[in-house]
Amino acid sequence: MKLNRKWINEEFVDLSQVSDKDFCETMTIFGQKVETYERLDAEIQNVVVGRVLSLARHTNSDHMWVCQVDVGKGEPIQIVTGAQNVKENDLVPVALHNSRLPGGIHITKGKLRGEVSNGMLCSLKELGLTINDFPYAIEDGIWSLQEDCQVGQDINTVIGADDTVVEFEITNNRPDCYSIIGLAREAAAAFHKPMRHHEPQVKGSGAGSIFDHLDVEVPASNLCNRYTARMVANVRIGPSPKWLRQRLRANGIRPINNIVDITNYVMLEYGQPMHAFDYRYVSSGKIIVRESVEGETLTTLDGNLRKLSPGMLVIADQDKPIGLAGIMGGENSEILDDTTTVVFESANFDGTSIRQTALVLGMRTESSGKFEKHLDPMMALPAIQRACELVELLDCGDVLDGVIDILGNIPEPRTIPLEPDRINALLGTDIPREDMELYLNRLEIPVVDGRIQVPSWRPDLVLTADIAEEVGRSYGYNEIPVTAFSTATQGGYSPMMLFENTAGNLCRAMGYSEIITYSFVSPGIFDQIRLPQDSPLRRAMKIQNPLGEDTSIMRTVALPSMLDILSRNNAYHNKSVKLYELAKVYLPREGQPLPDEPKHLVLGTYGAGETFFTLKGELETILNGLRLPKARYEALSDHPSYHPGRCAKVSILGQDVGVLGQLHPLAAKNYGIDAEVYCAEIDFSALLALQLPEATYTPLPKYPTVSRDLALVCDEAVTVAQAEDVITASAGKLLRSVGLFDIYRGPGVPMGKKSMAFTLELRADDRTLTDTDSEQVMSSVLAALGKELGAVLR
Amino acid sequence: MKEQLEQIKRQAMEALETAASPAVLEELRVKLLGKKGELTAVLKQMGKLTAQERPVMGQLANSVRAEIEAKLEQRKTELHAEALEARLRKEAVDVTIPGDSFPIGHQHPMNQVLQKIKDVFVGMGYQVVDGPEVELADYNFTRLNIEEGHPSRDRSDTFYFTDDDSLLLRTQTSPVQIRVMENAKPPICIIAPGRVYRKDEADATHSPMFHQIEGLVVDEHITMGDLKGALTTLMRQLYGAEAVMRFRPHHFPFTEPSCEMDMQCHKCKGTGEVDGQVCSTCHGEGWIELLGAGMVHPKVLENCGIDPEKYSGFAFGMGLERMAMRSTRINDLRLIFDNDIRFLNQF
Repeated sequence: MKLNRKWINEEFVDLSQVSDKDFCETMTIFGQKVETYERLDAEIQNVVVGRVLSLARHTNSDHMWVCQVDVGKGEPIQIVTGAQNVKENDLVPVALHNSRLPGGIHITKGKLRGEVSNGMLCSLKELGLTINDFPYAIEDGIWSLQEDCQVGQDINTVIGADDTVVEFEITNNRPDCYSIIGLAREAAAAFHKPMRHHEPQVKGSGAGSIFDHLDVEVPASNLCNRYTARMVANVRIGPSPKWLRQRLRANGIRPINNIVDITNYVMLEYGQPMHAFDYRYVSSGKIIVRESVEGETLTTLDGNLRKLSPGMLVIADQDKPIGLAGIMGGENSEILDDTTTVVFESANFDGTSIRQTALVLGMRTESSGKFEKHLDPMMALPAIQRACELVELLDCGDVLDGVIDILGNIPEPRTIPLEPDRINALLGTDIPREDMELYLNRLEIPVVDGRIQVPSWRPDLVLTADIAEEVGRSYGYNEIPVTAFSTATQGGYSPMMLFENTAGNLCRAMGYSEIITYSFVSPGIFDQIRLPQDSPLRRAMKIQNPLGEDTSIMRTVALPSMLDILSRNNAYHNKSVKLYELAKVYLPREGQPLPDEPKHLVLGTYGAGETFFTLKGELETILNGLRLPKARYEALSDHPSYHPGRCAKVSILGQDVGVLGQLHPLAAKNYGIDAEVYCAEIDFSALLALQLPEATYTPLPKYPTVSRDLALVCDEAVTVAQAEDVITASAGKLLRSVGLFDIYRGPGVPMGKKSMAFTLELRADDRTLTDTDSEQVMSSVLAALGKELGAVLR
Repeated sequence: MKEQLEQIKRQAMEALETAASPAVLEELRVKLLGKKGELTAVLKQMGKLTAQERPVMGQLANSVRAEIEAKLEQRKTELHAEALEARLRKEAVDVTIPGDSFPIGHQHPMNQVLQKIKDVFVGMGYQVVDGPEVELADYNFTRLNIEEGHPSRDRSDTFYFTDDDSLLLRTQTSPVQIRVMENAKPPICIIAPGRVYRKDEADATHSPMFHQIEGLVVDEHITMGDLKGALTTLMRQLYGAEAVMRFRPHHFPFTEPSCEMDMQCHKCKGTGEVDGQVCSTCHGEGWIELLGAGMVHPKVLENCGIDPEKYSGFAFGMGLERMAMRSTRINDLRLIFDNDIRFLNQF
């Protein structure tokens, strides 16, 4: 919401002594946040009113004139102009040497075909104005001033640019502040000054009664809480006076003609959007406020043909819509230069309905923007009275007697008890009741016998908490003492959060950096990672109104997000990349509206030295660091996303917790990566339940450990895990650990066979082992290996 | 014989002094002191001596042996020391050669900032909680006192999953307030960081997905002064003890009274100007908007079965991206989600 300070100073509360900075600061702290402010005269500098004393043809030009101009500095100055409309004795805007014009134009003195020119005579356009601002002027030519002004006067004061426009961020709960009056009220309260009020007075003309000409019906009373109308006959369309035009212009509204300008002026002043219809085109003199019906259209004032959906609120006559209620009038009833009779409308339409219609039709207007804030129905009448008062003031028509005022369900004025104790308890203050009453009175909120009489323009005041805000901001939020509370709560992280922290630390220790990716993805990801059509992971939550296809479903799998980022890094020519993400996935649940949102730990890497086993080792270290039982790895040859020979299923205590492996070359190709990519996906949320208890001390061994190496020859198909399992199962309780230290193929080992060498560590808790003890263990291990895996000692 | 012994001694001392290696030393030991050595050979002649001469010569021979042995030992120590010194000299390395590389990963800068914020709150006694991102409209809007038809519910602003607009991607972390209050009795003192979603195209300052940190305190006698205290403490912990804060009235449907908190611009110290130019950090305002907050709306308490006559509380919500961008000087929001390793490695 824009506000020009001069308007408030001249009409409501004189704050002209307050600097712009202080004004904005005080209003902001009071609760009306200033977004920006701008001096209107900032663009035009050193331009004054001058009188053309004489002019003569330029000797070296067939179209230029050399003028002697009095700019109020004693000696006249010489200025050369190419314009042809300048006459002796004209008052004109003169841009002096070293002056500035809108658009950053800098004027300095110079010579034009040999003649000195000490500046420039200006047109409207050069001053950033249009013919609408000064209708008597001509568009292409020097502006011959017909204003009450003096030679030497700063042109800014002539065009009303000696003003500051302040732009406020108005909060949703304060529709009243979308008006000059509303902001003036706030300013008066903020500066502790009384506000001048004006009650519109319409004299009347005796030119007849509205009731003889117009009939209004409101069948859609649920969407129109109040409809007021007045009529003006013998309209004389013409330009508005300068003061009115300047106020419109300062607030960003282009002056058009007196009748239209009046409706816009009242909209700014009261915050009440208004409309004016040309009575000629109101068929049968009947206005019907109704919902549109199937197939209706309306060409709005901007010239666009609008297809109306049933249920949109329209202003219609007997036959057809003539306006889109609260949004824009129809072209078919527009005020034209030959309009003679006008119907003013000032109504209270349903904010939500107006907003939705404007949204559907893509035509948010100044008017709809105001209605959507839910306006005060009590404002409709004074606004229309003000419009008619202005018609009389501008002498542009005869106001007919009578006001049509159709009232819907207007709520009774609300009262709230003033409860100083509760207010102080909420704010943490000790403000006396009298001060609270004073604050409320400054805001024009009366308190009568201890009860607050809520004005109709403050629908936001319902509870004592609402009053506390009014008291608090009047007292000053920054004056409220800063205190520290104490509660009997215990802060901290949940076990899962601590678990996540540890996981992050471990991943980073392994050289992986953290990424953050979008939770919504493209449905194309499933094909990219080669999931079969019937994969249950394809059942994802679908956003009905996504920004685009690429962000239209909630991911059920986190691998594609990782691959996207790896692919991007690859495209950036980053040679070696190790990344991790603790990524939520969103898994729909049968019979429940909310999905499950577990977190997956995804590791992804490519670059020199990265192999299946580097990633596996890193993952083992991470899982180990998370205090999890030893994970098992089983070959997984049918995972569509991974290399069939380089992929493992990871399980802990028999529970599948994830996969790791080399990305399938075809999947890698889908992401445009030609390097070997290694990834692991772990169902992180499932891990916490598997975590081992906190460690307790185990006595250190008293007796020595015996280490025995075992080299086996076995079939290629026998896996290390199989051999380890047999060794573990057959070695008995003396076995403390078994570890692979070599795999060999070549001379000495038959083709199709391999040799695996393990180190077994044996120890008893109660004695030193003898050779016989270890021989016994080794022979039973060998026997079992031979029987179960066909392995023999090498 | 005496001469013999003295000659042995003299020659032995000379030879030992010049012995250049442990091997030579050993050779000399055998030659001088061994069973077939020179000294032994001399001693074998003792039998020829008189009874008077024998003890004298014996003493002399023993002293010669002792001196030779001592010299041997001394020389051996010296040679070992020399050998060690030589080896160490040979083993010397160029210490300016770079160490082996063990690259450590980096936490995402935004999560680094989040961690700091969480730690400050945990230190102040807050519990960190979590909530669902796919949320019911009831929690995201209705129970937060955001009525039907409110613009923020529009499909142009909020992502929906169902035709009846009942299921959505949460647009704020505030629904966690409701979930916490439904399940816990006061005193409540929590923060809830997490992802939120709004229908904004991604650009330098917008993202359809971003992060917020919600805070909620509910107990008897909680005041707006307490709210100011909590937030002031947080900001001083994050931005230093000299940080200056101000509170402005604002409006949120779920708090009343509501406020926004600004921090005085650290660059221009609130003047809005740096060297006569408009301050680029605060765009001349002198203040930087940090967060929204307020006293929990009585209706919201009621919606969660908490008696607003007995309890009061405050809530606040801040945008994590904005805070992270401020403290890390990241100037484009898209960098945060781009995850270029060169970017991540900077933090």
